[in-house]
Amino acid sequence: MSVITSASGTEWEIVSGLEVHCELATATKIFCSCANQFGEEPNTNVCPVCLGLPGSLPVLNEKAVEYALRVGEAFHFTVPAQSVFHRKNYFYPDMPKNFQTTQYDEPICEHGWLEVDGVRLGITRAHLEEDTGKSMHMGGAGGRIHGASHSLIDYNRAGVPLLEIVSEPDIRSSEQAAAYVDELRSTLKAIGVSDVKMEEGSLRVDANVSVRRIGDTGFGTRCEIKNLNSLKSLRDAMDHEAARQIEILEDGGEIRQETRLWNENEGHTASMRSKEEAYDYRYFPEPDLVPVQPTDELRAHVRATMPELPAARRTRLMAELSISEQDARTLLSTDGLADFAEAAVVLGAPPRDAALWTTQDVSAHLNVLGGGATVEGLDPGLLVETLQLVSDGLVSRNQGKEVFAAALAGEGRPAQIVADRGLAQVSDSGALGAVVDEVFAANSAAVQEWRDGDDKVRKKKRGFLMGEAMKALKGQGNPQLLNQLIDERLAD
Amino acid sequence: MNSSAFDIAADVRAGRVSARDVVEQHLATIADREADVHAFNLVMADVARRQADAVDGDVAAGHDPGPLAGVPLALKDNLCTRGVDTTCSSRILQGWKPPYDATVVTRLRDAGAVAIGKTNLDEFAMGSSTENSAFGATRNPRDLSRVPGGSSGGSAAAVAAGFAPLALGSDTGGSIRQPAALCGVVGMKPTYGTVSRYGLIAFASSLDQIGPFATNVRDAALLLETMWGHDPLDSTSIASPLPTLVQGLDDGVRGLRVGIVEELTDVEGIDPEVRAAVSSAARALEDAGASVDRVSVPSTMYGLDAYYLIAPAEASSNLARYDGVRYGLREEGTDIGTMNANTRDRGFGAEVKRRIMLGTYALSAGYYDAYYGQAQRVRTLIVRDFAAAYERFDVLLSPTSPTIAFEAGSKTADPLAMYLSDVCTIPTNLAGHCAISVPFGSDSVHNMPIGVQILGRELADALIFRVARALEVNRGA
Repeated sequence: MSVITSASGTEWEIVSGLEVHCELATATKIFCSCANQFGEEPNTNVCPVCLGLPGSLPVLNEKAVEYALRVGEAFHFTVPAQSVFHRKNYFYPDMPKNFQTTQYDEPICEHGWLEVDGVRLGITRAHLEEDTGKSMHMGGAGGRIHGASHSLIDYNRAGVPLLEIVSEPDIRSSEQAAAYVDELRSTLKAIGVSDVKMEEGSLRVDANVSVRRIGDTGFGTRCEIKNLNSLKSLRDAMDHEAARQIEILEDGGEIRQETRLWNENEGHTASMRSKEEAYDYRYFPEPDLVPVQPTDELRAHVRATMPELPAARRTRLMAELSISEQDARTLLSTDGLADFAEAAVVLGAPPRDAALWTTQDVSAHLNVLGGGATVEGLDPGLLVETLQLVSDGLVSRNQGKEVFAAALAGEGRPAQIVADRGLAQVSDSGALGAVVDEVFAANSAAVQEWRDGDDKVRKKKRGFLMGEAMKALKGQGNPQLLNQLIDERLAD
Repeated sequence: MNSSAFDIAADVRAGRVSARDVVEQHLATIADREADVHAFNLVMADVARRQADAVDGDVAAGHDPGPLAGVPLALKDNLCTRGVDTTCSSRILQGWKPPYDATVVTRLRDAGAVAIGKTNLDEFAMGSSTENSAFGATRNPRDLSRVPGGSSGGSAAAVAAGFAPLALGSDTGGSIRQPAALCGVVGMKPTYGTVSRYGLIAFASSLDQIGPFATNVRDAALLLETMWGHDPLDSTSIASPLPTLVQGLDDGVRGLRVGIVEELTDVEGIDPEVRAAVSSAARALEDAGASVDRVSVPSTMYGLDAYYLIAPAEASSNLARYDGVRYGLREEGTDIGTMNANTRDRGFGAEVKRRIMLGTYALSAGYYDAYYGQAQRVRTLIVRDFAAAYERFDVLLSPTSPTIAFEAGSKTADPLAMYLSDVCTIPTNLAGHCAISVPFGSDSVHNMPIGVQILGRELADALIFRVARALEVNRGA
């Protein structure tokens, strides 16, 4: 439970449910064979069907159904024997037919849930629908329709398959909302159905927000907040909206049920339309499509090809690699990072080292390369070999990091880099013994001070002798062996 | 002149007649009478000539152009033709040239047919007289003072006037069969899902079906057989293979059980001469070896009411896309909403507006269940009652239209009277079944043709063609 204490000292909580629109990453659109591709020249991925030209008819993309079933599997949904498309009728110029083909009272997925930080959050439903085109308002201020002289419409996005995932009003704080979306997002990505980029709009979140006094069990009047383009704007908008509602309620006012737009720059929400202005969508069953009846074969195929989900993998990585939840999240936050660590373990690397070197050094390597760099193509064998050199005592841990970075940068195999850079540790006890003898001979005063001194002096003098020996070895002496030899000489 | 499609195709394929000559003959007939009849929104003379030449080229090169080689074909102007104006007889689509062909247009061209023109219709196929056209009414070639029926009145008139031996129409509540009856030609509504609707501009999607017009039953069967079958572009198209229609057409009706539908024959408003024609058709079938009895299909009485909720509801949604944004007419306005409203106000005729409003109302929050929901329940009852009737009968018989062709202008001021023209044909659409209208006699006063309707269950298309053929063979005067 997350408590908001108002200025008057009253304790409140948020009650929220989220509507997440997820663009499915199918090769083609939901009802035609046009490419489903972001960022193309306007109105190039269009045909009579997605332009809604007279006489055209939709044909459902079977891949979109398969992806919806994968979502069903991932979030413990029931997928009924039959789901039905409806027409949602309203006029909007970026919607070519002036109705949206969507699912209504018989969606493809029902009654799912998602666990976030140990709390199970209900998901009411997920349904398939088509996306609309995009309007660009020209000649006005800031691309707004108000004051614009004309509008341009790009229908490339019209007919892109969407899955709308509607949660129960189980969310009690903006942090929990963000964690829900984060978990939803990483799971949708892991099962390969969407690239879930909030900035590009392939994942869009609307938040229904109401507030109530702690202890109350009923629901307050809610507002729907739109235009949330990041997890940060989701958190900020919800917190701001909750504060706005609390202020109204504490002043004795009433919340008006309405749709509000989050203004990222100004940090507040503003009314878009009230309940009274809401459309009557006049839903009725889409007569141009037949009911969706997933076959047993398709269901079995989906079950058989489900990957390990992020939550399960996180738990497994924590156990198998002996790492913290935070480290496991880091491994899973970048594509391929966890795969890299796990591959290194399979090739013989010690699990925890493999995980930590991957989170630190592989991540650092990607950061150096900058945006767009991926784990793809990096050889986990480089990490295995580096860690072997360290454990064999050929290089120190710090040298190992240098070697690994160079290997990732493509300078060669780790052993070769060690040789090229002259980094190999001297681990031959004969050679090291000779150096120690020389150091003791050249610094007999210090040796004597050690013998006469108390613990504090001894520690200092021992460190000095170690430093002299390392200096003579240009830093390449095996520190453990050197320590051992110095201790032996001092004990003589 | 007036050769059957069958004979034309046979002659063209054998090289006895050139497709170009066939086209020129029909263009000459059109030139002679089209000004009076006004069957066409567009005569595609040059396109037809080029297509005919291509057919002749095929024949000369030894390639078979197909079963409709060189046969002129009139297309209802709600079928999309690539690069050729497709208007639905509406101002809102005037000048629009589709970038693609309807599936049936492609299939028939591939079979050698020569598209000769786009025929007039009631705007967006809404009407029963082809008077609701933005481009002027079509008249009945048998009597120019009378309507040809509708909404496919242009196609029916074109075939009746000899402008083309074959035509395509669309039938949502009787729009092929009723004008066929009024013009004295054969018209057939196939089982829903047998003919692809891809490229048919929708009126009411769950009821619309493309079908053939011809001067005789065999030509109609040939036309349907050539164009039907599964189309992956239409999700409602039936995937299983369909039977041939021409083969077995003359197998007769011996042993068939024929039921006369009381609710569609004996009710008030059916002209006595029309009812008498149904009786004599029944006798003709008995003479040919069928057994005939009367049958009640009670819920068909509510067909008209259910239809006038379901069809407008679907139409209100299907016609929402005509908003001035992307194609067709645009009437400017101060903002987008005003532009939409101005465009639709000027672009749509009165009947279309009436049905959009009816349909919008029927789907509205708070009314949906009482109107659209109730109509769908009636539809289910009709299917159930037909199923019971088809346990006892192989085919059913009724009038096609309650009356012969009526005088132009006589019903334009009374929409309800106009709607009653389809009372006998609508139940078939609601059930998704097939039915055919075949000329059987004419009325004694005006000598106007009368059509009788043979109804069949889902996928009984071949059977009703066989019965229609038997009536054609055995019709008297």
